Amino acid sequence: MGSTITEKIMARHCGRDMVKPGELINAEIDVVMCHDVTTTPAIDMLAEKGLQKVAHPERVVIMPDHFVPNKDIKSAEMVAKIRRWAKEQGIEKFYELGRHGVCHALLPEQGHVQPGTTIVCGDSHTCTHGALGAFATGIGSTDLAATLATGELWFKVPETILFRLNGKLQKGVCSKDVILAIITRIGVDGALYKAMEFTGELIDDLSVEARMTICNMAIEAGGKSGIINPDQKTIDYVKARTAEPFEVFVSDADAEYAAVIEMDVTDLEPVVAFPHLPSNGRPVSQVGDIAIDQAYLGSCTNGRIEDLRIAAQIMRGHQVAPETRMIVVPATSDIWKQANHEGLLDIFMEAGATVSAPTCGACLGGHMGILAAGERCISSTNRNFVGRMGSPKAEVYLAGPGTVAASAVEGKIADPRKYL
Amino acid sequence: MKGFAHSYPRAHINTDEIIPARYLNMDQEKDLAEHAMEDLDPDFVKNVRKGDIIVAGEDFGCGSSREHAVWALRGAGVRAVIADTFARIFYRNCINNGFLAVECRNISGKIQTGDELEIDVKDGVIRNLTQNEKYTFLPIPEFAQEIIDAGGLLNYIARKVD
Ligand code: SF4
Repeated sequence: MGSTITEKIMARHCGRDMVKPGELINAEIDVVMCHDVTTTPAIDMLAEKGLQKVAHPERVVIMPDHFVPNKDIKSAEMVAKIRRWAKEQGIEKFYELGRHGVCHALLPEQGHVQPGTTIVCGDSHTCTHGALGAFATGIGSTDLAATLATGELWFKVPETILFRLNGKLQKGVCSKDVILAIITRIGVDGALYKAMEFTGELIDDLSVEARMTICNMAIEAGGKSGIINPDQKTIDYVKARTAEPFEVFVSDADAEYAAVIEMDVTDLEPVVAFPHLPSNGRPVSQVGDIAIDQAYLGSCTNGRIEDLRIAAQIMRGHQVAPETRMIVVPATSDIWKQANHEGLLDIFMEAGATVSAPTCGACLGGHMGILAAGERCISSTNRNFVGRMGSPKAEVYLAGPGTVAASAVEGKIADPRKYL
Repeated sequence: MKGFAHSYPRAHINTDEIIPARYLNMDQEKDLAEHAMEDLDPDFVKNVRKGDIIVAGEDFGCGSSREHAVWALRGAGVRAVIADTFARIFYRNCINNGFLAVECRNISGKIQTGDELEIDVKDGVIRNLTQNEKYTFLPIPEFAQEIIDAGGLLNYIARKVD
C-alpha cells in the first residue's frame, strides 16, 4: 500500500520511512511564520517558562499583517514587542511595513514556501501553502511557542480525503467558486481533522495562485490541511523565487484515502456563500435581489494579482453603484506595485472604489472597512461568521473576485459572466 | 470535577463568537474574559460563575486558530467544555493549555443550562447530578492527558528540556 503526499512529508520530517493515519509524531518544522496577533502571546509564554532561545531563527519569517498599519496603540505595541524580540533572537526575515503583506500571500510570493516542507503559523489559513505541495497547518500560540523553542511540533497523522476535480471551468468561473461549492457539498466540518488533497484536470489547468485559493479554504471545511501534488508549474513558480533546494513528494497511485470525492466543474456557476457560514453556497443565478452596502476585494484568499486583474477587467469603464462603496486591498506590497504598474489601481479609483495598503484589515473585522449593524458586504474573503467583518448584525456574502466587482457595479449581488 | 452547565446546543459555534476579532489587540486572560461569548450570548459574562462548564453541539470552536478563545473562556471562569465534537485547532489549543475539552457525541441535546455536572476523566463518565443521568465518553488520549497533567504543552516541554 502506498502513501499520500501528506504521509510522505510527515514521515520524512520525523525521520521514519513511513507513517500511517492516527499515529502521533513529532515533526521537524521547516518554516515558522509569525504574524502580529498570535505571536505576542507566544513571546510572553516563552519568557515566562524560561524558554528564551528560538531554536532556529533562520526558519522564522515575521510579517505583521492583521492590524497594520497599526490601528491603535495596543496593536502598535504588539508589533513593537515583536520587533524587539526579533532583534534579540537574530531573526532576519522580518517584513516591515512597505515590504509587507498578508502572511499567506507574502510567504509563497517571497519564496519561503517550497514543496515537501512543513510550515506552521498561528493562523488557521496556513493550509494555503499546501497548494505548493507542502504540509502546512494552522496552530495556536502555545503550539507556536513550542515550535519556536524546539523546532518541532506534535501531530496526529491525518487521514486524507481526495477530491478529484474533473472538467473545465466556464468563462467567469474561478477557483473560489470551486472551493465554495466543495464546502457547500461537504459542510463546514466535512473534512474535520483530515487532509484535503486536490487533484484532477481542473487542478492541472489552474495557476499556482488559483490553487492557493482552494487550499486556503480547507480550514473552512474543518480540514487540517489542503494539499496539491507539485507539478511543473509549481516547480517553476518556486524556482523563480528561491535558489534553495527542495524535495518533491507526490501521492502514490495506490495511496489509501478515507474517501474519494469526484466533482465535475463543467456546469459550475459562480457561487455566493450566504451568511453566516461558508457552506451556505448558492449558484449566482439563484441568489435573487440582494442589495449590498460594501464590496470588499482582498485577503489571503483573493487579493492576488490575478484576482485584481479579473476585477479590473469587469470594472473598466463602469462606476461603483451610488449607494455602494468598494474597498480594494492588494494582499502584498509587490502585488500593489504590480497592480499600479498595470494600471489596475487607476481603474478601481476611476470607478469610485478606494484602494488601501496591504492589510488583513476588514477581513477579520479589524479596521479599514468595518460594517455597521444591518449592512451587507460581498467579500472575496474566506469566512462569513457572525461579526466577522464588524457588527454582529451585519451580513457577509462570500464570492470570487469577479462576482465582487460585478456586484459593486450593480449595487447588488451580480453575475460576473455578463461583463466578460 | 463538578460544575454547572451553560448549554448551547447549536453546531459550529466559532471562535469569532467566543471572542470577536475586535478584541484581538489584547491577549491577557482577564481582558479577554470580559468579552467571552459576547457575539453569541451577551449575558454570558454576567451569568457565568467560576467552575462552570459549557456544553455545546458539533464542531465547537471552528474558525480562527486564536488561542484567545480558550483564554477568554478560562478567564471568565469556565473550567471545561463538553461538546458533541470539536474543531481541530480549538481542541489542540485546549490540550496545550491544560484546559479540559471533553468530546461526547450527542450530548448537547441532553443537558440543560443550570444542570450540575460531574466529569470523571479517568473513567470517561459525565454524571448529570440534576437529572440523574450518566453519559460516557472516549477517554482522552494518553499523550494529551500527559500534557494536561503537566499543566500545558510548554510546561511539558520545559520539563523535557530540563
Ligand atoms: S486576510 Fe483574513 S483570513 Fe487571511 S490571514 Fe488575514 S485575517 Fe486571516
